[in-house]
Amino acid sequence: MPDGAAPVLDVRGLKTVFRTRGGEVHAVNSVSFHLQPGELLGVVGESGSGKSVTMMSLIGLLPSPPADVRDGQVLLEGRDLLRITPEALRSVRGAEVGFVFQDPMTSLNPVFTVGDQIMEPLRTHLGMTRAQAETRAAELLDLVGIPDARKRLKSYPHQFSGGMRQRVMIAIALACDPKVLIADEPTTALDVTIQAQILELVRDLRSKLGMAIVWITHDLGVIAGIADRVMVMYAGQVVEQAPVKELFANPRHPYTRALLKTIPSNAGARGDRLQVIQGQPPILGAAPTACPFRARCRHAFDRCARENPARRPVGRGHDVACHWTPEGADA
Amino acid sequence: MFTFIVRRLLLAIPTLLLISLVIFLLVDFAPGSPMSEIPLTVPPDVRQKIIESLGANEPVWWRYLLWLRQFFWVEPLHLWDHLFGTAFAEGQQRIVSWQSRSPVFDVIAQRVPQTLTVVGTAYLFGVLIALPIGIWSAYRQYSWFDQLGTFISMVGYSVPTFFTGVLLIVIFAVNLHWFPSTYDTTLKVTDWASFWQQVRQMALPVTVLALFNAAEISRYTRSAMLENLGQDYVRTARAKGMSERTVLLKHVLRNSLIPVVTVIALGLPTVFGGAIITEQVFKVNGIGAALIGAIHANDLPMVQTLTFIFAVLIVLFNLIADILYGVLDPRIRYD
Ligand SMILES: Nc1ncnc2c1ncn2[C@@H]1O[C@H](COP(=O)(O)OP(=O)(O)O)[C@@H](O)[C@H]1O
Ligand SMILES: [Mg+2]
Repeated sequence: MPDGAAPVLDVRGLKTVFRTRGGEVHAVNSVSFHLQPGELLGVVGESGSGKSVTMMSLIGLLPSPPADVRDGQVLLEGRDLLRITPEALRSVRGAEVGFVFQDPMTSLNPVFTVGDQIMEPLRTHLGMTRAQAETRAAELLDLVGIPDARKRLKSYPHQFSGGMRQRVMIAIALACDPKVLIADEPTTALDVTIQAQILELVRDLRSKLGMAIVWITHDLGVIAGIADRVMVMYAGQVVEQAPVKELFANPRHPYTRALLKTIPSNAGARGDRLQVIQGQPPILGAAPTACPFRARCRHAFDRCARENPARRPVGRGHDVACHWTPEGADA
Repeated sequence: MFTFIVRRLLLAIPTLLLISLVIFLLVDFAPGSPMSEIPLTVPPDVRQKIIESLGANEPVWWRYLLWLRQFFWVEPLHLWDHLFGTAFAEGQQRIVSWQSRSPVFDVIAQRVPQTLTVVGTAYLFGVLIALPIGIWSAYRQYSWFDQLGTFISMVGYSVPTFFTGVLLIVIFAVNLHWFPSTYDTTLKVTDWASFWQQVRQMALPVTVLALFNAAEISRYTRSAMLENLGQDYVRTARAKGMSERTVLLKHVLRNSLIPVVTVIALGLPTVFGGAIITEQVFKVNGIGAALIGAIHANDLPMVQTLTFIFAVLIVLFNLIADILYGVLDPRIRYD
């Protein structure tokens, strides 16, 4: 561990495979990462790089079949979530780990009031009475910045705007005071101004409540503002991981560098075309035996086709899975 | 909501008037006359008197207006008198069956209980069987249970009830002697023995109709459940740590019930209409049998009235389905 304290979440060698009609899809390939208490870990990567599948594998949210979490450990305060009973895992979901999804328009049940939906985990996990749960639900709505909370408990999801619904989702995820909050692209579906408000809310809640957060996004610009540490994913692997300042100052993986170039910068002259990374991320029919990025990599050389690079430390809390070094290829 | 219902009811009036006119004319244009029911030995002048007393010699538009007045005014008044012991309808001509010369609504009142016991029970059973089958088939899609369910409902839905009815009679009544082959309408339930007899004579027709109804409703339930199982809010419910039972029977079922309840409500009027064949097969002396008998006898008032009652039920249950839809789905607003 880079920092002394024990991590709240420690994931080791996680492998998730989808069994589809067209064969296997290796969506998560030996992913390891950890999360310190109170830390905000940003997870970035193009769409399809395995961010969501990784996080849903942690708490058994993927439907099986087709998903099969094959290998690894998911240690939540030392307890391996992949090796506990379904009932025990259920009492972790929503209680110790909160989840916020991408699309607030469809993530709430349209036929139940938001009050009912916030109260559900309170009553299930904390055994609250209806009255207690109602009071707590109103507090939660107030906490996430929904005015007139008591009254709004009786509203249905369609009576809220997208941003407000995402606030409700956050209230649900935080209902039982989880140790870990996983937010899977929570602002992607929202307008830019609403995005900023939600980011501000999460920053605020984090300082109030002190839970650890995993924040998934494909937007490095968002990450720069809120994360302590960043993990870059590609083809179901972690290709680089570093404290946020270090990553932006000293990106090592060609993929990370390419991603950074896609951020629209204020300094860039108008008319400067945004850079895009050429090509598509691969869909893996088997666990990769070569570097999955090599086809799109400017620096690829023969070793990249022979051997999938392991993560190696390159600085304090900074590691990268790449054979290439900026000083020159170390073949 | 209230204004919605009132508006829909008002709108139903011209609809029903038009339907009644169409029914009346269609039935009237059909070949055949009430005279065919009068024995040939009756002298011509008496015959003429009978026809005049039935009003059958009047022009069709006059008979239509008369029938309208009787249906919407005299019969309700008569019902009122019957219920509250008043005498508003005293001396007013009711709709009279040409065949039996007794008021059409009296015949209907006699027949409805039979239809309701047999066909109503069957529909209720059908729904009660269909819901769990549909729910479980969707939850375990492509399992052997689902495959079997798909096969049975395909058979149940595509094989006509007169075939399954006769088949069951041959197997369980004729060969095995487990159940009687016909329904005895005169049976009165007075003790356990007669109750048991009633259950046994209901078994076959109820089975036939229940299977037919269950086949359709379980398919609807299954597909509604499947559609909702794939929704994001189901994942949210699981992420909240809800049990599979809660996910399935609260979150998914509550959403799936919106279309299913509509289908069940829309299917209710067919309880009466769709029973016609089954009532024939099992000799149940109900509404369906009354309609068939009236058609054979050229009993125009009976046919017109029964057909129109079916139409009223269909319009009514359409409205009920719409209301239920709004009650079940908070996103629907009536204004
Ligand atoms: N149900 C599924 N069946 C087969 N493959 C899937 C399924 N869900 C996700 N995948 C695959 O897993 C990979 C990672 O997806 P995902 O984690 O959703 O990416 P993202 O980083 O955009 O969140 C993708 O290549 C996708 O094809
Ligand atoms: Mg995703």
